[in-house]
Amino acid sequence: MALRRVVVTGLGAITPLGKTVAEYWDGLSRGVSGAAPITRFDASKFKTRFACEVKGYNPDDYFERKEGRKMDLFTQFAVIASDQAIADAGLLEGVDKDRVGVIWGSGIGGLRTFQEECVAFGRGDGTPRFNPFFIPKMIADSSSGNISIKHGFRGPNFVTTSACASSSDSIIAAFNYIRLNMADVIVTGGSEAAITEAGVGGFNAIKAMSERNDAPEMASRPYDKERDGFVLGEGAGALILEEYEHAKARGAKIYAELLGGGLSSDAYHITAPDPDGNGVVLVMKNALRDAGITPADVDYINTHGTSTPLGDGAEVKAIQKVFGEDAYRLNISSTKSMTGHLLGGAGAIEALASILAIQHGVVPPTINHFTDDPELDSRLNFTFNQAQKREVNIAISNTFGFGGHNTSVVFGKFRD
Amino acid sequence: MVLFVAEFSLNPTEMSEIAEKVKSIIVDKLGVEPSEVTPEASFTNDLGADSLDTVELIMEFEKEFNVSIPDDQAENIGTVGQAIAYLEEHAK
Repeated sequence: MALRRVVVTGLGAITPLGKTVAEYWDGLSRGVSGAAPITRFDASKFKTRFACEVKGYNPDDYFERKEGRKMDLFTQFAVIASDQAIADAGLLEGVDKDRVGVIWGSGIGGLRTFQEECVAFGRGDGTPRFNPFFIPKMIADSSSGNISIKHGFRGPNFVTTSACASSSDSIIAAFNYIRLNMADVIVTGGSEAAITEAGVGGFNAIKAMSERNDAPEMASRPYDKERDGFVLGEGAGALILEEYEHAKARGAKIYAELLGGGLSSDAYHITAPDPDGNGVVLVMKNALRDAGITPADVDYINTHGTSTPLGDGAEVKAIQKVFGEDAYRLNISSTKSMTGHLLGGAGAIEALASILAIQHGVVPPTINHFTDDPELDSRLNFTFNQAQKREVNIAISNTFGFGGHNTSVVFGKFRD
Repeated sequence: MVLFVAEFSLNPTEMSEIAEKVKSIIVDKLGVEPSEVTPEASFTNDLGADSLDTVELIMEFEKEFNVSIPDDQAENIGTVGQAIAYLEEHAK
């Protein structure tokens, strides 16, 4: 059976840089930081007291109160971003909803809900008074479930969980289901809302997060010598993936083609990256092979680049192993320098960054570069501090998750 | 202050304190208008509650009025009036 072609026909985003795709891209292309002191809880006793929150968010702007309070914040973000993407793609008119699925990604699920319910129990006298909405709000798949219920999409429906690779894995799963003719359209992407006491405290305990409290907007600085960890972000990105003939038949606008994807595992350590980058080499090779392209075809890599001392270097080494001399021709950038790290939402918003780079012919920057890291090859183009104009025909989005999960997604300019 | 109390006590539609609290919990949890919360209104048929909403309402009543409502009795509380009657009898 021949594999079917898959194109991107709709986008949606609610991010620390803005609550629409247009605002998100505006922030990315201007090199804006989304970091600021934490407002979601009192972080005064925490090692890290800043994050990339979605600014000015009020659920009442999007949901009736009764509807909104039955969703954890990560599901609210999922519904908002997917609503935008569905509207953008014009998906609700004349589409067979039995052939439309939802495959979402979330690394954690409803952390706020879980935390609040367990804390309330702990403060009580041992009498269980768990809210009936506790479980349905907390479980990670309440995101894909709510999206399908809202729109009546009866196709394949589930959530992928692979920490920070979750929503690259959801995109690849959606891609495969469409390629294999098990659905014509899939709403995909991912969301996270882990800026809670448990989330920040937990990541602080791993010593994975930046503690640059005196300058939050300068804290996420991938590839800078003084980088000291990632900055936690929140939000969602959504993509409508659609079988090419199906999109053509209904006259849908096409942003890009999803050319291929690769997956691999480090099989090394639960949180630390393999310093030799073997799993990352493998994942990019797998992605190039699946897309049927060579290193010479690639213009831009949107890296995982979380701004941790170990992770950034391992990824760069792996890129050089896979791309050789072609590595110097590439634009490389980590948009996490601006958005922070959306964990299970990262793959989705970075897929959007890659697609928008193709669409606009502009590579978004790696901001906050102050000091070269002598461990990194200075001949590489990290797109430091300012966006660069470039015709992007093919872009790769890399994401890696705790557990050793690696995922690469390849997007290309659409050509009939 | 005196004036306020006097006005309040003159209100001919005054409900019991329990009925007022029950009504406000229902308005809050089910997102309905206060005018819809009549004694005859059924949580599921009239006020849009699903099975989980109904469980949550019972739990809120238990918390607010410091009572424990056994499951077999909760099953018989299907309307606003039934809730008020039960709580007026059992609230501590």
